[in-house]
Amino acid sequence: MSDQKKHAKAYWKENLKYLIILLAIWFIVSYGCGILFREELNQFRLGGFKLGFWFAQQGSIYVFVILIFVYVRLMNKLDKKYGFDE
Amino acid sequence: MSVQTWTWILVGITFALYFGIAIWARAGSTKEFYVAGGGVSPLANGMATAADWMSAASFISMAGLISFMGYDGSVFLMGWTGGYVLLALLLAPYLRKFGKFTVPDFIGDRYYSNTARTVAVICALIVSFTYVAGQMRGVGIVFSQFLQVDINVGVIIGMTVVLIFAFLGGMKGITYTQVAQYCVLIFAFMVPAFFISMQMTGNIIPQIGMGGKVEGGAFLLDKLDTLHTQLGFNEYTSGTKSTWDVFAITLALMVGTAGLPHVIVRFFTVPKVKDARKSAGLALLFIAILYTTAPAIAVFSRTNLIETVSNKDYQEIPAWFKNWEDTGLIAWADKNGDGKIQYVAGSALDGKKPEFTEARGVNGERLISNASTATNELYVDRDIMVLANPEIAKLPNWVIALVAAGGLAAALSTAAGLLLVISTSISHDLIKKQLKPTISEKGELLAARISIFVAIIIAGLFGIYPPGFVAAVVALAFGLAAASFFPAIILGIFDKRMNKEGAIAGMIVGIVLMLCYMIRYKTGLIWVLDPLPKSEWWFGTSPEGFGTIAMIVNVVVSVVVSRCTAAPPEEVQELVENIRIPSGAGEASNH
Repeated sequence: MSDQKKHAKAYWKENLKYLIILLAIWFIVSYGCGILFREELNQFRLGGFKLGFWFAQQGSIYVFVILIFVYVRLMNKLDKKYGFDE
Repeated sequence: MSVQTWTWILVGITFALYFGIAIWARAGSTKEFYVAGGGVSPLANGMATAADWMSAASFISMAGLISFMGYDGSVFLMGWTGGYVLLALLLAPYLRKFGKFTVPDFIGDRYYSNTARTVAVICALIVSFTYVAGQMRGVGIVFSQFLQVDINVGVIIGMTVVLIFAFLGGMKGITYTQVAQYCVLIFAFMVPAFFISMQMTGNIIPQIGMGGKVEGGAFLLDKLDTLHTQLGFNEYTSGTKSTWDVFAITLALMVGTAGLPHVIVRFFTVPKVKDARKSAGLALLFIAILYTTAPAIAVFSRTNLIETVSNKDYQEIPAWFKNWEDTGLIAWADKNGDGKIQYVAGSALDGKKPEFTEARGVNGERLISNASTATNELYVDRDIMVLANPEIAKLPNWVIALVAAGGLAAALSTAAGLLLVISTSISHDLIKKQLKPTISEKGELLAARISIFVAIIIAGLFGIYPPGFVAAVVALAFGLAAASFFPAIILGIFDKRMNKEGAIAGMIVGIVLMLCYMIRYKTGLIWVLDPLPKSEWWFGTSPEGFGTIAMIVNVVVSVVVSRCTAAPPEEVQELVENIRIPSGAGEASNH
C-alpha cells in the first residue's frame, strides 16, 4: 500500500470518529433534550424558560451552529496533519 | 409619510439594487450559469444559501404558525436548522470534491447508470416543482398586500422579476442577488423584533426578551401559559402532538433539508472542499439569526393578540383589527350577543376559512355564514402574525413598509434558486447527459434559458390557479426528499459496497411509499379517495413525519438489495475513495 493510500485510510478513520462524536451531540441536544426528555428538563429553569422548551426553541439551534464550526476547525487540522490541505 | 409611500420607496430601492446586480453578474458560460463559475467566496455563498433557504414561508408564516402551535412549532425550528449539520458533516464536502454540477450527476456517476440518473432527475423535478408552486403563490400574496393589486397581478409581477434575473445571470446572477436579498430580509425581520422586545420586556435582544419579565414582574412565558390555560388552550410551552410524532416530523424535516437539490447545489459554487464546510457553517449562522428570533416574535405576538382582543368590546378594538377583517383574514361572530370578543379554545368556524356575507352586524362587524356552535368567536389567519405584528405594536410606518420589502426578498430569492435547479435538471441532466450529448456549450446555455422560461410559466400558472393540494404538498416536499435522495447520497459516500441495484431500488421504494402515504392520508386522490383520518395513521405518524419511516425503508431496501447483487466496479470504488479525501478538488467540471 502506498503512503498516499495509508494516509487516506487513517484520515478517513479519524474523520469517522469526529462524525460519530459530533452527531451524537447533535442528537442529544435536539432529540434528547428538546423532545424525548423535555418533560424531565422542564422541571428546571433558565431565566423565564423551562429548560426543555428552551432547548427545543433556542438551545438546540445555538448548538447546531457551534457543532459545524467545531467540525470545520477539526477537519482543517486533520487536512494539515495528513497533507491533504490546499 | 404613509405606509403606502414608504412601501413604494423601499421596494423600489431594493429592486433597483437586485436588477443592477443581475446585469453586473451576467453569465457567459454554462459553468457560470450552473455553479457561478465555482468561484464564490464562502461568506457570499453562506448568505446566498441562507436567502435561498429562507422562503416566504420562513419569513411570513413561520412565526405565526409557531405562535398558534406553541411547543409543537419546535418541529420547524429544529427541523429546518438541524439539517445543516447533516449537510456540513455528511454531504457538502464530499459532493464538492466530486465536483459536478447537479445531484443527479452524482447519482448517475456514482451508480454508473443512466437509469439511476433518470430516477434522480424525476425525484428532483417532483420535489422542486411542489416547492416552487407554493413560492409563487407567496410572491403573489405579498405583492397584492403591499402594492394593493390583485393577487394574480402580484404573481405576474413576481414571475417577470424572477425571470429577468434568473435568465440573465444564471447561478452567478442569482447568487449575488441573493446576497443582497439576505441583507434586506434579515434587516426587515430584526428591526420590528427589536422594537417589540424592547416594548414588552425592556430587553432589546428578542432571544433574551422571550425569557424575560413583563410589567408586574412575572416571566413572559409563564404569563402566556396562564393566559392559555384560562382561555382553555393547552399550555403554550407544552403542545398537543405526541412525542413520537414530534420526533418523526423533526427528523423528516432535517433529513429533507439536507436532501433538497436547490440547497445541495449551492455547495458546488465554492472553490475548495474546505470552503464548502465553512460556508455550510456560515449559512446556518445566518439562518439561525432568523430562526432564533421567530419563536420570540411568536411569543410576543401571541401575548399581544390575546391581551388586545380577549373580552374587549368590538367597538373599541384598534384599527388594524378591522383592516385585516376587511381583507378577510380575521373574522368575528358575536355568538352570545354581548358585543365583546370571546377568544377561547375551539374553532370559531365550520370549515377552514370564513365565508362572509355582504351584510354588517349591529357592531359594524362583517357577518359570516359558517359560524360554528363553539363558544370561540374569533378566527385569525396564522399568516398575518408577522405582517400585522408591527401594526399591533404600533411601530412607525417605515418599519411596516420594511417588512414588505423583506417578505418580497425572501419569496423571490427562493423562487429563483428553485427555478434554476429545475432548468439545470432539464438542460444538463436530461438534454446534455442523455438526449443529446453532442450539444455545444452555447446550445446548452440556450436550452437552460429556454427551460427556465418554461419553468417560470408553469410555476406562475400554479400560483394563479393553485390546485387545492399544493399547500398541503409543500410541507411534504421534505418527506419526498428525505425518502429519495438522502439515503442514496449518504450510502454513495459512506458505503463503498453500495451498488446501482441497491440505490435504484431504494429510491423508487422510498419515493413511491411516501407518495402513497401522502395520497392516502393527506391529499386524497381527486374524486376517488378521501384522505383517511388521524386514527388510521401508521404507528401514529402524521404524513409530515412519514418521510422518516420511508427513509428508513429506503436504507434497508438499498442495503439488502446491494448485498444480494454484484459489487460495484473497481473504478467506482476508487471514485468513492477519492471523494473521501479533500485535496485536488479542482474546479467543478463538465466531464
